[in-house]
Amino acid sequence: MPEVELLIGPQHPALKEPVNFKVVVDGERIVRLDLDISYNHRGIEKAAETRDFSKSMYLLERICGICSHAHTTVFSKGIETLMNIEPPPRGKWIRTLVAELERIHSHLLWLGVAAHEIGYNTLFMYTWRDRETVQNILEMISGNRVNYGMNAIGGVRRDLSDPMRQRVLEGLRLLAERADYYLEVVPKEETLVVRTRGVGRLATDKAIELGAVGPTARGSNVPFDVRRDDPYLAYGDVPFDVITSTACDVFGRVEVRVKELVQSVRMCIHMVENLPPGEILVKPPRTAPAGEYVSRLEAPRGELLYFLRTRGTDKVDRVSVRTPTLANWPSVVSAIQGHVIADIPVVVAAIDPCLSCTSRMTFTDVDRGERSSLSWDELVEYGIRYYREKEGL
Amino acid sequence: MDAGLLTLYLFVFPGILFLLGFAFFSEWYDRRLTARMQNRMGPPFLQPFADFVKLLSKEDITPTGVPRRLYAAIPLFAFAAVATAFLYVPVLGAASPFGFPGDLVLVLYLLTLPTILVFLLGWTSNNVFARLGAVRSVSQLFVYEVPFFLAALGPALAYETWALGDIVARQAGGLWIVLFEPLGFAVLLIALQAKLERVPFDIPEAETEIVAGPTTELTGKKLALWNVSKDMLLATGAALVVALFLGGPTLPGVTLDGVLGAVIAFFVFFLKVLFVLLLLALLKAALGRLRLDQLMDWGWKVLTPAALVQIAVVLAVKAGGWL
Repeated sequence: MPEVELLIGPQHPALKEPVNFKVVVDGERIVRLDLDISYNHRGIEKAAETRDFSKSMYLLERICGICSHAHTTVFSKGIETLMNIEPPPRGKWIRTLVAELERIHSHLLWLGVAAHEIGYNTLFMYTWRDRETVQNILEMISGNRVNYGMNAIGGVRRDLSDPMRQRVLEGLRLLAERADYYLEVVPKEETLVVRTRGVGRLATDKAIELGAVGPTARGSNVPFDVRRDDPYLAYGDVPFDVITSTACDVFGRVEVRVKELVQSVRMCIHMVENLPPGEILVKPPRTAPAGEYVSRLEAPRGELLYFLRTRGTDKVDRVSVRTPTLANWPSVVSAIQGHVIADIPVVVAAIDPCLSCTSRMTFTDVDRGERSSLSWDELVEYGIRYYREKEGL
Repeated sequence: MDAGLLTLYLFVFPGILFLLGFAFFSEWYDRRLTARMQNRMGPPFLQPFADFVKLLSKEDITPTGVPRRLYAAIPLFAFAAVATAFLYVPVLGAASPFGFPGDLVLVLYLLTLPTILVFLLGWTSNNVFARLGAVRSVSQLFVYEVPFFLAALGPALAYETWALGDIVARQAGGLWIVLFEPLGFAVLLIALQAKLERVPFDIPEAETEIVAGPTTELTGKKLALWNVSKDMLLATGAALVVALFLGGPTLPGVTLDGVLGAVIAFFVFFLKVLFVLLLLALLKAALGRLRLDQLMDWGWKVLTPAALVQIAVVLAVKAGGWL
């Protein structure tokens, strides 16, 4: 076959969210890969500027359906720092507990998706069945399965009662058992190994150069984890190991996530057993003084980064979101080189892409087929010009 | 058999009408088994039939730039080829009433047709996913068809006959061939799985890679017919394995005569097919999809040599006069 342009997405069975890959293939072999990520621009950053802090929390929670807690945690961490307040220990611990439960839920989901991408549906069904356990726990704690609404500025909104802790522990023990099972089975499972070993290579220095984060970077033996390197919440008090893998391929990323699963379950059990007593929430001031802060934490997919600027009001002046998926895209384009079509789904899935969180605006000149992005100054100028011409202001 | 009975055999039982029901049943059984292995509920009994009826009522779209008649004829050809092949597989007694010396070759030929038609379907679909799937299915064809034929050749060589009826009759007089040729049985099962394009050989229709492969553009009645042909291929393939290696509808050392004999023979056949379907479902649940290059590697380096070893063993045993 001659070179063919294969358009994967924005609607395609391998993708649950809109993204577009223009893959130029020669037979089965990939010649070039072009990526277009912005199909779902929701204007959340702008919308957050018009709402006060507590309303922004609900909005930002909806950036991502899976790491929803991570978004509100990173936002409240930033705002609390700017307000110069600190949540009480129990509030911090519960926040951390939900964050780790979310990681378990995210990694189990990912393991199933990755298995499905290589046609291994049995593992997919198993992991998603076990994921129900952690979702039930989360529902018990917060009342919701995905958007938990646990965080508030100054702490958390719901406490864990003692009978509830017992039931959470029961669920966690079951999860610990299952996590150990996956730890034992996954590295030995023949089809999984055959389809992931040597696929999507990303050398350690390349991963650093391309700015990969989270399990993608750790799967390439980059020992970076915000939880350890810049401890926040209760991570300084909860024992855990940073998992890295020397495999530097998709298998490494699988290995890291499965081992992190075991770590997270252990951390959760530790936290539920040693939950400090006391208040869960301090009353925050209504406004935050003027200031700028870059807030970051380790979301299930990697380092999540928020830039926050306040002007002494009850609203943020500017919030800018850098999701881990955005940081990981360059590594996908690099890792896919020289592979075949069959490897695309699993290499893409290996970064655990969360696409709608990642959308950015680009300007496309349809006639000339050119793309460009605007700088901040250009955008301001464009905005002023637009309103002057269209609205006569 | 007189003409009336033959017509009945041809069209009702165990001909086309029965085959349709049997195909739906096989699909349901396979899906249900896989579901139970994956800790799911699985579909209700009439689901495959309901899917079929639903598809019949759906809009039938032929994409632009597609040869209309050829495109519509392809599912019909696939249906006809598989339905014809099933007529020669013994169901009610040692031999099918249509059997002739050499029907094994015809059955193998008819069962290869669907793959050729898959290619034609994908290539004429005017869709990049369908074309990629078409190329993949032909690449795969060469890998599994050789071991499939070699494995089917084993029993024929052992009994020096090309007639399915004779192979079954000889097994009824002695023991099932699977006991002498376990390697050939395994190769035939794996090659059949590849022929049916099921996990781990669902490369031509890998959902997460190329949508639905060659059938991407197929809709409505054509898709319904195509799907039922695939179900029939599953049932016929399993029946062929039963005839070649598990003694078909006979029990060793038991003579089955008359109407009662035919009824018992049918149930024996049915149970054996269920067993083969179970093995195929196990294979499907236990593995993930291979890559095309991995399949090539494995097919030519492991599967085909294994089939050749089996043939060599059969020839050596025959030359030694131990059979």
